[in-house]
Amino acid sequence: MYSEKVMDHFEHPRNVGEIENASGVGTVGNAKCGDIMRIYLDIDENQVIRDCKFKTFGCGAAVATSSMATELVKGKTVKEALKVTNKAVMEALDGLPPVKVHCSLLAEEGIHAALWDYAEKNGISIEGLSKPKSDISEDEEEEEY
Amino acid sequence: MEHIIYLDNAATTRTAPEVVQAMLPYFTEFYGNASSIYRLGDKSLGAVTKARDKIAASIGADASEIYFTAGGSEADNWALKAAAEAYKEKGRHIITSKIEHHAVLHTCEYLEKLGYEVTYLDVDEDGLISPQELKAAIRPDTILISIMFANNEIGTIEPIEEIGKIAHEHSVLFHTDAVQAFGQIPIDVDRLNIDMLSASAHKLNGPKGIGFLYIRKGVKIRSFIHGGAQERKRRAGTENVTGIVGFAKAVELSMESMEERTKREALLRDYLIARIEKEIPFSRLNGHRSLRLPNNVNFCFRFIEGESLLIKLDMQGICASSGSACTSGSLDPSHVLLAIGLEHEIAHGSLRLTLGAETTKEELDTTVEALKEIVENLRSMSPLYEDFLA
Repeated sequence: MYSEKVMDHFEHPRNVGEIENASGVGTVGNAKCGDIMRIYLDIDENQVIRDCKFKTFGCGAAVATSSMATELVKGKTVKEALKVTNKAVMEALDGLPPVKVHCSLLAEEGIHAALWDYAEKNGISIEGLSKPKSDISEDEEEEEY
Repeated sequence: MEHIIYLDNAATTRTAPEVVQAMLPYFTEFYGNASSIYRLGDKSLGAVTKARDKIAASIGADASEIYFTAGGSEADNWALKAAAEAYKEKGRHIITSKIEHHAVLHTCEYLEKLGYEVTYLDVDEDGLISPQELKAAIRPDTILISIMFANNEIGTIEPIEEIGKIAHEHSVLFHTDAVQAFGQIPIDVDRLNIDMLSASAHKLNGPKGIGFLYIRKGVKIRSFIHGGAQERKRRAGTENVTGIVGFAKAVELSMESMEERTKREALLRDYLIARIEKEIPFSRLNGHRSLRLPNNVNFCFRFIEGESLLIKLDMQGICASSGSACTSGSLDPSHVLLAIGLEHEIAHGSLRLTLGAETTKEELDTTVEALKEIVENLRSMSPLYEDFLA
């Protein structure tokens, strides 16, 4: 059902954990649907993502997309990180079964939510970033997938 | 393949070698059509007749009341759709429960589209329906009660004798999906006032693709498959002779071994339940503690999701199943777990382990050790657990 890459990232997820005093934290998803992702970003003064960690409650694809998304944004600037779409995450994982595409959307959303938190904390606006919709700390009942 | 620990016997079972042996000659040697006139055909007919007798006897039925189908789902579809059609003059109301198999639930939904009314009985936290609620739901236009014998996910055994009595007293047909119970619990259709019963061979070490519907004499049920004269003209199509022979062998073996086997399995089941409850924190047993199939164990582990758990178990060669959304192909977790009142979040973390005659205590020990490690690992990466600890 899953590609080797997905299985690899599920079995050996990269960047699991928390970042203390993170520059930005985003939690997306909904326990009702069975997926919650929390992304932590450590961003330096040049807006470069120094470190990225995640915690995920969800299926194999949810864990693998979180893992891959954190890998893809690490070392990138905030602006570049915004361009990491769900498609990029999926491609990097050699694809996902159709029913699991929403997991990759959640990963993209998770990064955006963490960036949004970072922007708010620092009173800046990031071009092209709109307020993430499925931040469960905002709306427990959101059901978008 | 590496050694696997197979704990998904409610999904399907290993075909018993004796069953395979019994079937083999009917593929290559006695391959005649049971409807043919020559002796080769007669050989097949004889095998089907013998098998039908044996299966009928196992539930206290007459051979003429057993209709072979391609499995449990077909039997459920037939019972509901045909009863609805045959009794529509009397009424268009059907009573079932919220925890039925989808073969019953989706058929009921289909019948609703055709204008039938369906009452879906609630269950309590253990998964039991209430006979009082059933009684109260019966109306003059109620034509059928369909309640499963035992639940496939949580293993709860319904009060079938009481249900049968109520149905009989109110002259309402009673169908039961006994796919999980047949072979594990003694069934007597007369004593239990069962009018129709669905069963499937592959749940009791028989082959896949063969089941039966028991239809009590006198119940007017139409043909389900139109065509030839097979199955008393009610279910056309050349008999699945090999399947039927295999089914009968599986029934013979399972009836012989039932008492001893289920006693052993229930002990192992309780051992597994006790170990998980004691050794894995934030776990919850689903289903009734004693009114329970001897081979069923079903737990929810808080803060984790079922599919992840299954994949990690599989990596260690352990086969199990879950009622999480990811395994149900929808966004909602199992309807059964929701019906017993579990929160979505908790229902997503369910695990079903179903034992078989070949399951050993060592295998269960290995499974518990694996589970402990996996649950801890998944919790360590769960934001829900992080929030809980905070």
